[in-house]
Amino acid sequence: MKGILLTGDKPVIPENTKMIPVYIMGKRYMVPETLTIQKAFEYAGYQWIRGCGCRGGICGACATVYRIMGDHKLYFGLACQTVVKEDMVLAQIPFYPYKRKYHDVENSEPTAETMIANYPEILKCVGCNTCTRACPMDIKVMDYINCAIRGDIERCAKLSLDCIMCGLCTSRCPAQITHYNVAMFARRLTGAKIYKRANHLKARVQEINSGKYDKFMKELTELSDEELKRRYVEEREWEPLNSRDIGWKPQDERFL
Amino acid sequence: MSGYPESLRESIKLVEKSRAERVERVRRGETFKPLTMDQRKEVLSKFHPDYMEGTKRVVNVGPDKGQYFPNELADLLEAHSRINPKDFDLKNPDMETDVLVIGGGGAGSSAAIMSAKEGCKVILATKLRHGDANTVMAEGGIQAADQEVDSPYYHFLDTMGGGHFLNDRKIVSALTKDAPIIAHWLESLGMMFDKYPDGRMKVRHGGGTCRKRMHSCGDMTGSEIMRVLRDEVRNLSDNIDVIEFSPAVELVLDSNGRCAGAILYNLETEEYYIVKAKAVIMATGGFGRLHFNGFPCTNHYGATADGIVMAYRAGVKLRYMDSVQYHPTGVVYPEQNVGLLITEKVRGLGATLLNVKGEEFVFPLEPRDVESACIIRECTERGNGIITPTGRVGVWLDSPMIDMLEGEGTVKRELPAKYIQFIRHGIDISKEPMLIFPTVHYQNGGLWMDENAMTEIPGLYSAGEVSGGVHGRNRLMGNSLLDILVFGRRAGLSASQYIRDIKLADLTLSHVEKYEKEISDAGIVTDRISPMILPDYIRDEVKAKEKTSKYFGTLR
Ligand SMILES: Cc1cc2nc3c(=O)[nH]c(=O)nc-3n(C[C@H](O)[C@H](O)[C@H](O)COP(=O)(O)OP(=O)(O)OC[C@H]3O[C@@H](n4cnc5c(N)ncnc54)[C@H](O)[C@@H]3O)c2cc1C
Ligand code: SF4
Ligand code: SF4
Ligand code: FES
Repeated sequence: MKGILLTGDKPVIPENTKMIPVYIMGKRYMVPETLTIQKAFEYAGYQWIRGCGCRGGICGACATVYRIMGDHKLYFGLACQTVVKEDMVLAQIPFYPYKRKYHDVENSEPTAETMIANYPEILKCVGCNTCTRACPMDIKVMDYINCAIRGDIERCAKLSLDCIMCGLCTSRCPAQITHYNVAMFARRLTGAKIYKRANHLKARVQEINSGKYDKFMKELTELSDEELKRRYVEEREWEPLNSRDIGWKPQDERFL
Repeated sequence: MSGYPESLRESIKLVEKSRAERVERVRRGETFKPLTMDQRKEVLSKFHPDYMEGTKRVVNVGPDKGQYFPNELADLLEAHSRINPKDFDLKNPDMETDVLVIGGGGAGSSAAIMSAKEGCKVILATKLRHGDANTVMAEGGIQAADQEVDSPYYHFLDTMGGGHFLNDRKIVSALTKDAPIIAHWLESLGMMFDKYPDGRMKVRHGGGTCRKRMHSCGDMTGSEIMRVLRDEVRNLSDNIDVIEFSPAVELVLDSNGRCAGAILYNLETEEYYIVKAKAVIMATGGFGRLHFNGFPCTNHYGATADGIVMAYRAGVKLRYMDSVQYHPTGVVYPEQNVGLLITEKVRGLGATLLNVKGEEFVFPLEPRDVESACIIRECTERGNGIITPTGRVGVWLDSPMIDMLEGEGTVKRELPAKYIQFIRHGIDISKEPMLIFPTVHYQNGGLWMDENAMTEIPGLYSAGEVSGGVHGRNRLMGNSLLDILVFGRRAGLSASQYIRDIKLADLTLSHVEKYEKEISDAGIVTDRISPMILPDYIRDEVKAKEKTSKYFGTLR
């Protein structure tokens, strides 16, 4: 497009950008210091197959471990979200073996017994907090495992809500726990068994199944274009933002 | 400290200067004047990429021969197959199943679940990991008319109006009627909806809705839906065989013209497998990674229109496939995040758009296509864009207004994911504006199907973003997550009924040969290969040195 710089997903690298060394699985490459780890791999000549999904920090495909050359510390991050630093020594963990049980949401109770029966290894947690330190989403992983042990399923679910199931915690745990599957089960139990079900939803489904709306829907499908547009423009009352506070009801109830 | 370089500070100062007054105006309920219908038409025709000259061309092969498509898609339709049909002994398939689902996003997963629950043997083949998909990226929410003041009737009207009345009405009827059933299903699977303590769903408005019916799970609704569905697929592992990193590259038909399976390509061993299936469900999602006109995109790595190409070669017509949804607010700075989505919610909360002089130039809540065109006009014809250090152009989205309007802390609370994404680069979006430009977001059109997700090829079903007709030429927020589950489920059910008395005849890839012949008959000379499978972000300098490896399309 005229006058606009558009390069798809290829980064623009201005001429004076500093080039820094990074070590991809131990091999040295010079890359622009402005790139994310993900794009630095591409800059170096890698085409991703594993280890790349959303490119936006939410799918958990790009779990990465790194050290800074010469330093003992181990760091964890998402390749698509972390900008390279000088002397990074990088490795991907695109897959890590996990344990998973059949999550029988329908027939299980949200209790400590359920969690321990399915994932007894959680009792072996030594409280080292390594899982929490590895989490790129800043989730209190150890705390949610403790909640699962104690049977506070709802808190386990809420603490783990941002989990993208990247597996970094699991790769580090001395007790060999697959944290994110424990959390997954806890969240499903919370949604299905702890949160109250929506009565209005159940009622609406019954109305639909009883054919209550079939007549309206048939009418809509067959209307002339003009009449459809007229109804769109003239007959849709707008629900105000504060409708819940004021107990708003539409005047036209013919189609409810 | 500011994460913005000196060169942008000057314009930011102008934004800051006009801020207090703009906040006052929003408080008084005054807005920049929305465009009239005629003005909308004009700006669209001049500045929306879909309508710009040179962005489309005629395709001379296949069932829609003679029609116009965006250049990048046309290139994939006028391209050779990855395979030579003669290399395949179709009498000896590598795998056999009742239902083959192609794609492991929300549509594919819900289809697989439904077919498996009906007792079918299912193979779910997907290109990346199961769940690496656009579904996982959806932030905003999912629509369903489940409140007493709402009904499928109004959901239908809203959806039609949003799509400029071009949607397929039978499909929209199915979409809106099934919506509460979908929400109920997700609830029973254990999705953690945002709810009140008594179990009532929390609902919000979306652009173009007359009733509040947007359901959510924080700002990671799609991620939560995907996690739950994937977990349920894993529960059903006796009936569903998930094969990752194995994209489909061509459909297989039988000699009676039924769909009879697909050829998969194992990305790691580079083997091709023949899968024989009584029915096939196409659920490969969208096409953002084609980077139309060089635009960045919000989509995941695998959004490369593969399903469109495969089904088109097999004879399925396309609907509204010339319509690309550009989201008005994609990131332009920092360079590391270019193209990523900034949700509509930011404008919904009161932030306005400003040019380099700190002046408003557009009503912030125009329909997505109109809003995008206005931003492009401001940056091109009017020359009022802000230029980044890497030479990109954009306009300001003034997020600090939100805390001033709604109270300190609102940005952090309502937009946690965005806040973190920017603070990593030293930009506090509750104090400094964001620099934005339109980005490719969604495939409005797609494969022609009916309200039961059936295509015109017996045994081939289509579900999710790959399909066309649901949204007309413009999708409303929250209708896509709904779409993928409604038609994923319908496809799964339709397929499992269909296969009951199906006896396949001899398998064939003759449609691929026929298509190759059409290409040469049309005089098209090209070394392009499709489907694309993965985009190619390798630098030319590197490629020039790869003396022994050969690029076959975009893949090495
Ligand atoms: C950033 C973002 C935000 C969004 N926000 C919202 C929102 O708030 N509300 C809303 O309703 N919608 C939203 N959408 C749109 C919505 O998320 C998607 O349209 C929808 O999830 C698509 O689902 P799908 O299952 O059809 O495709 P996808 O979820 O993309 O899944 C497609 C799958 O097919 C696989 N695949 C692709 N090609 C092949 C092949 N050749 N062989 C095998 N497998 C293949 C892919 O790897 C992927 O797993 C958003 C989209 C994005 C990108
Ligand atoms: S890493 Fe394992 S053992 Fe250590 S705190 Fe976490 S769960 Fe417990
Ligand atoms: S809890 Fe574990 S799996 Fe989940 S995001 Fe954190 S490190 Fe990744
Ligand atoms: S690629 Fe999805 S989180 Fe990084």
